Amino acid sequence: MTRPQNRGNSQPRWLFPFVVTVIFCLSVLPLGRLAATGIMSAFRGGASELLSDPGLWRSVYDTLSTSFFGMIAAVLLGGGFALLLTLFDIRGKALLGFLFMLPTMIPPQVTALSWIGMTGPSSALLKAIGLAPPLGSPQPLYSIGGIALLYGVQNAALVYLSLRAGLLALPRDAVEAARLSGASSFQVLKDVILPLSLPGFAAGAAIAFVSCVGNFGIPAILGIPAGIYTLPTLIYSKFAAFGPRTFADISVLSGLIAILSVIGLMVEARVLRGRDYRVIGLSGQVAVFRLGAWRWLAELLLWLTIFLILAMPLIALVASSLAPAYGVPLSPATVTIKAYEEILVRQAATRIAFTNSLSLSLATAFGLLVVTVLTGYFLVRSKSRFVGVISALAEIPYALPGIVLAVAFILLFAAPIPVIGISIYGTIWIILIAYFSSFFAVSLKPVVSAFRQLDPSLEEAARLSGAGFTRRLADILVPLVAPAAGASVILVFLIACNELTVSALLWSAGTQTLGVLIYNLDDSGSFNIAAALSVLVVIMVIAMMVALELMAKRLPKGVVPWRS
Amino acid sequence: MAKLILNRLSKTFDLGGRAAVNDVSLTVREGGFLALLGPSGCGKTTVLRMIAGFEQPSDGSILLGERVLADASEMVGPEHRNMAMVFQSYALWPHMSVAENVGYPLKVRGISGEKRERKVREALAAVHLETHADRRPADLSGGQRQRVALARCLVTEPDVVLLDEPLANLDRHLRQEMEETFREFHARSGATMIYVTHDQAEAMALATDVAVMSEGKLLQVATPEEIYARPEGRLVGGLVGQGAILSLPSPIGDKRLLDWPVVQGILGNRQEGPRTDILVRPQDVEIAAEGAAVTVLSVLFEGERYALRLALPDGQTLRAFSRHPVKVGDRLAIVIRSAWRL
Ligand SMILES: Nc1ncnc2c1ncn2[C@@H]1O[C@H](COP(=O)(O)OP(=O)(O)O)[C@@H](O)[C@H]1O
Ligand SMILES: [Mg+2]
Repeated sequence: MTRPQNRGNSQPRWLFPFVVTVIFCLSVLPLGRLAATGIMSAFRGGASELLSDPGLWRSVYDTLSTSFFGMIAAVLLGGGFALLLTLFDIRGKALLGFLFMLPTMIPPQVTALSWIGMTGPSSALLKAIGLAPPLGSPQPLYSIGGIALLYGVQNAALVYLSLRAGLLALPRDAVEAARLSGASSFQVLKDVILPLSLPGFAAGAAIAFVSCVGNFGIPAILGIPAGIYTLPTLIYSKFAAFGPRTFADISVLSGLIAILSVIGLMVEARVLRGRDYRVIGLSGQVAVFRLGAWRWLAELLLWLTIFLILAMPLIALVASSLAPAYGVPLSPATVTIKAYEEILVRQAATRIAFTNSLSLSLATAFGLLVVTVLTGYFLVRSKSRFVGVISALAEIPYALPGIVLAVAFILLFAAPIPVIGISIYGTIWIILIAYFSSFFAVSLKPVVSAFRQLDPSLEEAARLSGAGFTRRLADILVPLVAPAAGASVILVFLIACNELTVSALLWSAGTQTLGVLIYNLDDSGSFNIAAALSVLVVIMVIAMMVALELMAKRLPKGVVPWRS
Repeated sequence: MAKLILNRLSKTFDLGGRAAVNDVSLTVREGGFLALLGPSGCGKTTVLRMIAGFEQPSDGSILLGERVLADASEMVGPEHRNMAMVFQSYALWPHMSVAENVGYPLKVRGISGEKRERKVREALAAVHLETHADRRPADLSGGQRQRVALARCLVTEPDVVLLDEPLANLDRHLRQEMEETFREFHARSGATMIYVTHDQAEAMALATDVAVMSEGKLLQVATPEEIYARPEGRLVGGLVGQGAILSLPSPIGDKRLLDWPVVQGILGNRQEGPRTDILVRPQDVEIAAEGAAVTVLSVLFEGERYALRLALPDGQTLRAFSRHPVKVGDRLAIVIRSAWRL
């Protein structure tokens, strides 16, 4: 029974076409469609009207200035934390590192709400302690500075991770050699470590900038009331005031965002060229400098920062959620859980949003896993020369701001799908597909790391045992990558469940998500209900991060994004 | 079962221009135990992986009896070859118990229940691991893991068993024990075995046939005794035994086994002329007053004897043993009782 098979490789014939189809549908098709519409409307002269609108340039300016100052804030915060926690003998590093990661994982609209609850004349918290500014004084966060500050808080962890990875990858002997040649700790830091860690700084700053440019939740809540529009919120407002030129306009606007992001990502790629910091990841044995008498001061500073950027806003958020109404002072007499009753029991809208977000996130997390296990297997095992292109194409949708992707899917599905003639526009399916595209890279990365780590002979032994591809997948491969697959599911679930940017453009009646609901509640003045919902979201985020943290020991390196 | 035939087998990997395996032809008789011997990087693993079906030949073919397993255009996947392999890294599945590891090939073949249990028990008994059936691979020592891997090969009665440097990760004491286990395994299973190693002592001790490879080419295939006594060419001569290779004027005639009078003749020959490689093994070198003059370069005490490195007047070196201590720089005379013309 000679059964000829093509080549000695272990993949079934259908795997390559499958992977290509997936990448085509989730990456090439939407982005290609966006590019086509953008270029076409630019040629038809439709763009000239948009481009001559001073509002657009005002918005570009606001986007750049908020993102720039946000980047500076992120570099100061994240850089300081990374240097102190990585290089010095600070106590409680693991806990500090974990807490510092939290603001990034908390959805931006929740961050914005909690900071609003902490400042301004209506803050329940400030009123409770009698520090609220007089009524009628402005909310200081409704400004360029406020937006930039929150961008900084939200994205500081990106700089932290990038710089920390660079510091951990520093050649130890360079530091030791400098010390042996008589340099003091301070000189080693100044002459060896800081120059060598500059790429980490620069790369972190570049990703933080890209993340700021694409942020929607923060400028939507802080900017729109003050008439400040960044490019993502400008798209949102143009889309809300739907007109005949909307599609052309938003495709050009998201093209602008995409260009800004690509510039940022290219800067990152350039400074990191030749350094795969995810692979090097030494055992974290960077030289530890002694702070001596200064240690308590540094620790105080770190904990104070955590208190200011994390604890205070969350306390304010809880306080707002317990106040009977926005602006009413919180005291033992006025504390009420009415807001929680409202969202958990009374309002149908919350139930629908919960159901939507949970089912979308679960479907995305598990559905993507099926796709990414196969794609990851292909990427690691294949000798095809397309592997590089395919993994790059898989990364792009997640690297681009969600708003760009949302616009791409609107353009793609605004008309009924050709051939079948069904329209998914306005249904939950368009959100699901956009999630698949957007979080593909999130789901793929842990799986790919796990496959990389797998000894190929484990699979080869199964082949010689007579097991075909499906059999091997079920008996050998999937059980062996299961921990990473679990992490991938939790990560995708966590991100999808808190996501606002994509669904803000794609939702319609009956398909609102948790993110959209929080935003709409705040927009319609139900601040304490929005705060209560946010508290639940924060609890969920923390629970899942703790779960991942507990799994981390059994996972390949690089799977849990905040551990290095 | 049938004999395994490699017919002008070649493999060039896509990137590197040089062939990793170059025109290798070889027949392994049914039930034979062939050792594939050669220095690291010479293409042994590549040959083995082509036999297993993990790599496709760039040229030539592999046959098992009448059946073509692979050529440059088509190949039977490893799933359908009824072969088994012991990997250098053992390749035990960490999420399965020892019994599940051993029983997996049976499970894939749809054998279940009492029959599978019995076969697994037998295979584990053959490698003396009956009592470890429920352990996880992680709880076993290196030697035990290797034996589990062997039991997994035993369980399906494969046509061909492939072993890729299976002892490389074990310490010397365990190696001897495992060599015994392999020999037993071969006798019991009657499978055709191909054993890759870079250790000539291991190859000699285990195999019924030894194939010597270098830089992708097959140099010689013969029984261990034959390879030892009649190596072909400089490379094989240098690889097998601890002989020294001297470049000396060609003796007259085509006799290859040279005795002392012939060797003495060519050692004394000062004329320019064609030269030949002559293999001289240390046990054939005798220290005797009437012999050729040499200088002692180094002396190593090995316990039962002294191992010497000696220099001929023209600077070429050879090795010899001595029962009595000698000093570096001493001048001695030696007789070469027998030498082999390569
Ligand atoms: N998958 C591969 N891709 C490219 N070159 C390879 C591959 N496998 C082996 N080689 C090359 O083929 C040659 C022979 O390798 P190998 O068969 O592993 O040698 P050995 O097992 O005798 O040490 C080496 O030069 C090696 O670099
Ligand atoms: Mg090898």
